[in-house]
Amino acid sequence: MSAEKTKPPPRSAAVSAQARRQFIFDSAKMACGVGMLGLGLGLYSKQSAALPPHALRPPGAGREGDFLGACIRCGMCVRDCPYDILELAKPETPVATGTPYFTARSGPCEMCDDIPCVKACPTGALDHGLTDINQARMGLAVLVDHETCLNFLGLRCDVCYRVCPVIDKAITLEVLPNSRTGRHSMFLPTVHSEHCTGCGKCEQSCVLEEAAIKVYPVALAKGALGRHYRIGWEEQKKAGGSLIDESKMLDLPDRLPEGMQLPGHYDPASGATAPPGALQSDLPPGLSSPSLPSSPPGFGGPSVPASPAGMPGATAGPVPSHPPGLGGGK
Amino acid sequence: MSGRTVSAASGKGVGADAVAAKGWFGAHKWLLARRASQLAILALFLLGPLAGLWIVKGNLSYSLTLGVLPLADPYVMLQSLLAGHVPETLGLIGVAIVAVFYFLIGGRVFCAWVCPVNMLTDLAGWLRARLGIRGSAHIARQTRYWLLGMTLALAVATGTIVWELINPVSMLHRGLIFGLGTAWAVVLAVFLFDLFVMSRGWCGHLCPVGAFYGLLGKWSPLRVSATRRAACNDCMDCFEVCPEPQVIRPALKGEGKGVGPLILAPSCTNCGRCIDVCAKDVFNFGLRFNPPGNRAPAAPQGEDPAAGSN
Repeated sequence: MSAEKTKPPPRSAAVSAQARRQFIFDSAKMACGVGMLGLGLGLYSKQSAALPPHALRPPGAGREGDFLGACIRCGMCVRDCPYDILELAKPETPVATGTPYFTARSGPCEMCDDIPCVKACPTGALDHGLTDINQARMGLAVLVDHETCLNFLGLRCDVCYRVCPVIDKAITLEVLPNSRTGRHSMFLPTVHSEHCTGCGKCEQSCVLEEAAIKVYPVALAKGALGRHYRIGWEEQKKAGGSLIDESKMLDLPDRLPEGMQLPGHYDPASGATAPPGALQSDLPPGLSSPSLPSSPPGFGGPSVPASPAGMPGATAGPVPSHPPGLGGGK
Repeated sequence: MSGRTVSAASGKGVGADAVAAKGWFGAHKWLLARRASQLAILALFLLGPLAGLWIVKGNLSYSLTLGVLPLADPYVMLQSLLAGHVPETLGLIGVAIVAVFYFLIGGRVFCAWVCPVNMLTDLAGWLRARLGIRGSAHIARQTRYWLLGMTLALAVATGTIVWELINPVSMLHRGLIFGLGTAWAVVLAVFLFDLFVMSRGWCGHLCPVGAFYGLLGKWSPLRVSATRRAACNDCMDCFEVCPEPQVIRPALKGEGKGVGPLILAPSCTNCGRCIDVCAKDVFNFGLRFNPPGNRAPAAPQGEDPAAGSN
C-alpha cells in the first residue's frame, strides 16, 4: 500500500539489501502485470483499427491510424452535423469505441458547404484545412455488382447518377451497345475517383434491396498503377505527338480469346469482319455465323497489311476489341 | 454512512458521532455538495440531447459551453499528443483552462466532484460496508501510476489513443450522453469489482485517469487540513469513510514527527467526507501556503505529550 516511497533510514547493509531486493521484485511484479495488460490492449487496438467498410468517417478524416490517434471521441462533430448522420461507436460496434462514423446506406453525408463537423473538431482528427467539401474524400463509390445493377441489365435506372451531388463528374453514364438485344444501349454508371467525395448518396439511393453501388474506404476501393507506368495516349497528348517513330512501328495482329466471336470484329488473320450479331445464340435465321480463325493469327490466313489507323471501327463494329494502345485508339 | 461498520470510539455507526454533534445535514454537507456537483454537471451535458437545451455540447473529453468556453481533458489530449497529433486552437485553450483549474483546486477534485463513475464506486463502497463484505484482493495503490504510464507508452507505441477503447470513465459519460450501448456492462463490471473483489478497487487503485489528475494537482494549493488535529479522539471515522485512507495519517498523526496538518498526498480527492464525518471538526479545507493554523503553529500545545497521545 504505502510502498510508494521505500526510503529506509540508515540500517544495516543486510536490511537495506533486503529492502532493495523487495523493491526490485515489487517493481518487476508490477511491470509484468501491467505489461501483460498493455500487450493485450495494444493488440486489441490493432484489431480495432480495422474499420469495417460500411463505416465511413466524417469529411476531413485522414488515414484510419492517424484518425485514431487524433480523435478524442468528444462527439462535437456529431452534435454539429445538421443532418444527424454521425454516430459515436458504442463498445459493441465494430468501430473503435467512441469514434464518429456514418453509414452511407442509411444516412449519407449531405456535403454542407460550410462543413460544420470539421469546424467543430477540437483536434486535428478532422482536418481544418478542408474548406471545400468537394475536396472531401470520405470514401470512394464503387459499382460493385454488375450482375444486379439495373443499368447493367440494360434498363434505365440512373438513380445513383441523378442523386450524385457531383453529377457528371463523380458519376457519369458511359454509353455502350447492349449486346444482348443488339439494338439498344446500356448506360453504365461510372465513378471517377478524382471527383467522388464518398458522400454515399448513390449507395443510399440505389433502388435494389442490397445496393449495387457502395462507398468503400479509398484504400479498399482504389487500385494504383505502378509509378513507372505511362499511359501511351496521354503521353502522346502531352507531347503533342507520338513519342516514337510510328513508321517503324510493327502492329501485331489482334487476337480474340479462343473460340470467341465478336460481331463486327475485324480479324487481320482472315481479313474478314464478323457480321454484327454473330455473338448471339439466338441468331436471326439467315445469318450464318462464320467461325473466325482465331489462332494462331497471322500465320494461317493470308497476310493482311495492318493499317493501324482507323482499323477497328472502320467496319461499324460496335465494340472495339483493339485495346487502345500505343499506335491506335484516340 | 454505514450501518454495520462501527466507530471505534463510540461503538455506534460510522458518522453517528458527527450526526449527533452537527446534525444530519451538518454531517453530510460536503457529500451533498459533491453529489449536487456531479449530478449538475451531468445534467448540463444531458440537457442538450434530452431537452434540446444546448448549454454544453460534447462530453468530458472536450466540451463547448454556451458556444464560447472550451474545456478539454488534458489526459486524453496528452495521449493524442504522444500519438503524434497536435490539437486545434480551441482544444489547446480547453486543455489550458482545465489543467490550470485542477492544478489550483486539486487534480482529483475531478474524481470526487465531476466523474460519473465515482457515484457508482461510492455506492459500491457504501454497499460493501452495509452488507459487511470483508476481505479484499490486494493490489498496490500505485498500480494506477503504472497503468497511467502504460496508457501513455501505448499511445507512443501504436500512434493511437488506445486507452479510450476501454476507458470506463469516458465510456460511461459518453454513453449517458450519446447512447450507452454495452458500456453498461463495462461500468457494471467496475461496480461489481469494487463491491465484491476489492474495496475501493477502481478509483483507489487502478484508474489511470484519477492517477493523471492526481499528479496534475500534486502541488495544488487547496488541501484538506487536519487543522484541529489536537482535538482528534481517535474514533477512526475519517479512515472509514475516506476513499484514500492512507493520505490521512501523516497529516492527522504526524505532529510528533513535525509533519504539518495539511493532507499533501496527491491521491487525496478533496471530497471532504472527513470534514463531514468528524464530530470534533478536526478537518477543514485550507490553503497550502496559508501560514496561520498550518505547519508548525498548528497545535498550540507544540511538543506537549498530550498532543502525541491523540
